[in-house]
Amino acid sequence: MSFKFSRREFGKAGLAAGALATLPISLVRLAFADSAQDFTFAYISDSHIQHIKGKEFVRNWDQGLKRAVAECNLLLPKPDFVIYGGDLAQLGTKPELDHGAEIMSACKHKVHYVMGEHDYYLDLGEYWSKLFGPHTYSFDHKGVHFVVLNSILTTDEWTFKRWPTAKQRMDEMAGLDNPNGSPFMVGEKQREWLKKDLEKVDKNTPLVVLSHSPLQKIFKNWNFWTDDAEQVQAILKPFKKVNVLYGHVHQIQYNKIGNIAFNSVMATAWPWPYPQSYALAESHLPVLTVPMNRADPFFERDATGWQFIGMNSGRVNATFQLPDNDTRKVAYNTKTDKPEDVSFQDPAKRIPPQNHY
Amino acid sequence: MKWILASLMFAALSSQADTFSKEDVARWQGEYDSVAKYGRTLWTNSAKIKLGTNGVACAQCHPNGANSHPETYPKFQKQLGKVTQFWEMVNWCIRNPLQGKDLQPGSKEMTALIAYAVSERKGVKLEPGKH
Ligand code: HEC
Ligand SMILES: [Fe+2]
Ligand SMILES: [Fe+2]
Repeated sequence: MSFKFSRREFGKAGLAAGALATLPISLVRLAFADSAQDFTFAYISDSHIQHIKGKEFVRNWDQGLKRAVAECNLLLPKPDFVIYGGDLAQLGTKPELDHGAEIMSACKHKVHYVMGEHDYYLDLGEYWSKLFGPHTYSFDHKGVHFVVLNSILTTDEWTFKRWPTAKQRMDEMAGLDNPNGSPFMVGEKQREWLKKDLEKVDKNTPLVVLSHSPLQKIFKNWNFWTDDAEQVQAILKPFKKVNVLYGHVHQIQYNKIGNIAFNSVMATAWPWPYPQSYALAESHLPVLTVPMNRADPFFERDATGWQFIGMNSGRVNATFQLPDNDTRKVAYNTKTDKPEDVSFQDPAKRIPPQNHY
Repeated sequence: MKWILASLMFAALSSQADTFSKEDVARWQGEYDSVAKYGRTLWTNSAKIKLGTNGVACAQCHPNGANSHPETYPKFQKQLGKVTQFWEMVNWCIRNPLQGKDLQPGSKEMTALIAYAVSERKGVKLEPGKH
């Protein structure tokens, strides 16, 4: 029996040695059309730092984030920066955000933060902003234009009128399957901002859009969903190479809609069931997606992790770092013009743990 | 007196043992539904009784009970080295992610958790042993 795993704590030295031994860093560069636009960055997301009381936090979630940061620091070649994909906190409180920021402060690279609903719905992102900056912004890096959106907004009625307290609003949104929740949206204001931001960008410039929720509609029950996804996609349509990277779903997903390639990232905290595992509702997992292995609950880090991203000729190649399982790689196939898993895309190569029900 | 009681009981038994009404069926369903509903509150950590010590809820990892697969039990769990029952895995998750203490298999709370988990799998066919 492997009960000891859940109590396993690794000291800094132990972790570094273990990680060095297991991190197959092979950022092998393939042939690229325009190598000036080739670089790497790391992506950490959904740590859900959860306050118990006083100085106590849920150990499991702390460990997930600590491990991701420590491993990320070992990346060679060094990533140009790190993206934090949202849901740093579980209930958006100051102790949670502070504790999360403290763990993140061990990260040796510049971090760009994205807002998650668990960070937002207590004080509407006010304290988060003090720590990490604006909710919506853009930046350019080596010829690629990056846009960060707060995609987890919802209607004014739900946000401002429905709940007697801010805490209740947070609790209602924090329950993934809570029927009192509300669909995410980017909203008109940010869509207008996005149009303006993109006016000055050449249509041949590769775009990377970073959002917390998928900017596509997958499963409404669990808010694997953005209500105005089509409108946002329409704004991105004139650009030749668009990549959307999102967190929130705590699992590997990828898709292609028109010119837009979508890649999700994993959580450091816990994995979520794939939508098809809920038999009582309809869902639309992109057919392109080969799911990750069903998690083994006896290894608490299984199906959690972080990823490093290679930007190659304006497209995203994602390598998923799973501490208790084999690395997965979803790369952009220029022949089929789609993101594809490098090992499992062929249906004949799928394995039993990828069957979710 | 003794004779009257005995015959009354006999009459009562003979008229109830082999039949029940629509109202009975509705009432019994209602009993089940309310236990499943209590199970949902335990599952989401919104009941008064807490299953764990760290505030973590089953629903954080099993939204709508997904990935608990009650229809596959009993089944072999390689980490436990034997064919296990559903409640043993419930207790596994209570002890580990929730850092709590085992529930008794026949307790009100365990019954409620199972009632809730199966309610979310209505219509899914039984596949005992499936992995
Ligand atoms: C940290 C995340 C996490 C939490 C919290 C959690 N579980 Fe689990 N649990 C898992 C994972 C992962 C699995 C494996 C799922 C699979 O087999 O696909 C699992 C498996 C199970 C199984 C066996 C499922 C099977 O397919 O054999 C049961 C039953 C279960 N959990 C019940 C619960 C209950 C009840 C709670 C709350 C008391 C709970 N879990 C809390 C992660 C969690
Ligand atoms: Fe999350
Ligand atoms: Fe989220």
